Amino acid sequence: MRPRRISRLWRVAAPLALGAFFLALWEVVVRVENIPPYILPRPLAIAGSLWTDGPSLLSALLVTLRVTLAALAAAAVLGGAIAVLFSLSRILELSLFPYAVILQVTPIVAIAPLIIIWVREPFLALLVCAWIVAFFPIVANTTVGLNSVDRNLLALFRLYGASQVQVLRYLKLPTALPYFLAGLRISGGLALIGAVVAEFVAGTGGAETGLAFRILEAGYRLAIPRLFAALFLLSLTGIVIYLVLDGLSRLLLRHWHESALEEEEE
Amino acid sequence: MAALEAINLDITEGEFLSLVGPSGCGKTTLLRIIAGLAEPSQGDRRLSLTTEGGGQLPSGRIGFVFQDPTLMPWSTVFDNALLPFRIAGRVGSAERERVREEIRAVGLDGFENAYPRQLSGGMRMRVSIARALVTDPDLLLLDEPFAALDEITRMALNDDLLRLWESRRTTVVFVTHSVFESVYLSTRIAVMTARPGRIAANLPVELPRPRERTLRTSPAYAAICAAVSEELARAMAEGSQ
Repeated sequence: MRPRRISRLWRVAAPLALGAFFLALWEVVVRVENIPPYILPRPLAIAGSLWTDGPSLLSALLVTLRVTLAALAAAAVLGGAIAVLFSLSRILELSLFPYAVILQVTPIVAIAPLIIIWVREPFLALLVCAWIVAFFPIVANTTVGLNSVDRNLLALFRLYGASQVQVLRYLKLPTALPYFLAGLRISGGLALIGAVVAEFVAGTGGAETGLAFRILEAGYRLAIPRLFAALFLLSLTGIVIYLVLDGLSRLLLRHWHESALEEEEE
Repeated sequence: MAALEAINLDITEGEFLSLVGPSGCGKTTLLRIIAGLAEPSQGDRRLSLTTEGGGQLPSGRIGFVFQDPTLMPWSTVFDNALLPFRIAGRVGSAERERVREEIRAVGLDGFENAYPRQLSGGMRMRVSIARALVTDPDLLLLDEPFAALDEITRMALNDDLLRLWESRRTTVVFVTHSVFESVYLSTRIAVMTARPGRIAANLPVELPRPRERTLRTSPAYAAICAAVSEELARAMAEGSQ
């Protein structure tokens, strides 16, 4: 019991202590070296900016978050559905998968301007950009999962005369769930990146301005502490998204999947 | 070369038939062909139970136990054993009662809500057997079900399977490597040769029932084991030529 407690405490305390030490060092070095704030602001100055600009930054964050979450939801639903279609038809998988790869390997920065021109509605344009980045891990992972069905279980389903729908519902989907969730965790971070990149490309084109635009704007105005504050919020958002999806994954798999087992298990 | 040669295997209703043979002789393939899980590459599967005179068994009338427990890790013991009914689209209170009955019969009372990962290898195999039995099959096929278990667990499961069979007399085809296991359980043993697989000998096992563990040390048991081993040695020598 005791060793586990200590290790759990350390898991939180060790990175926090390292972070605090690093911030303190940063503060001291900037003060001693007299580095101007437009090159590298002090952590305390960033915290001050976070405090004063907090409300406006938070409302910008909400705009970005809306795009991110909508894109993630669309990626989960469409990605999952596409993977299921692939598993039902090998021909469909063979003919469509290469295009999914092409969409994935094309840098989103390169196609975002086109999408922003084609899709008039700004929110929708950002959504499409973030979706393109986010959907591939879900499709790829879920497809692997749907194809990883235990052959003997499949034989058993056939022995009892199971229909294709039953095989999908009772065998393939549960088998694929851990893979889907692993894809979702990757896509959560990618959706945020996609949304930010699209906002950068769109610039002020959007009626509402997200966090990425606030970063650009702060850069132009040499308000570097605010830029760092916005960056900090962005990272924090990414971490929260990851933690929520990780928690969801553990919750859904807690009874049976190795990845979600409690540590007391041997 | 064909894995299996023309095989003519009569299975009598209510018998416990063991297929014994060297690895790679096609025992598993034969079992899968009987179940309709594998297609013979040449000829056709003419499955006829001699007492019923022909025809293919409808789905749900065959129970199959694999070498691995082959359970769904995301489902509880109860839901795993319920699977045949779920696929058949009948999940009523009568079916649930049947599942509970079989879980009791294999000695897993109280483990209905456990997940497979919480069980030992022997217990998982019991779930697999319960699942095969819930539909009260006409034919129960077991493909080396105890090969991966330790000796003590294996003996315990031998005794349980024996007890289950003696009380119901379901027709069983049991594939095994173990001569001792086959003699202990069976009413008849078919010895197979390798490459091409064919049935080299049929040996009835005339030992009294109900059989007990003490049988394993009796001279009559030893004599039959010796006879089966001899047939097996001959079949393997034939196969290697």
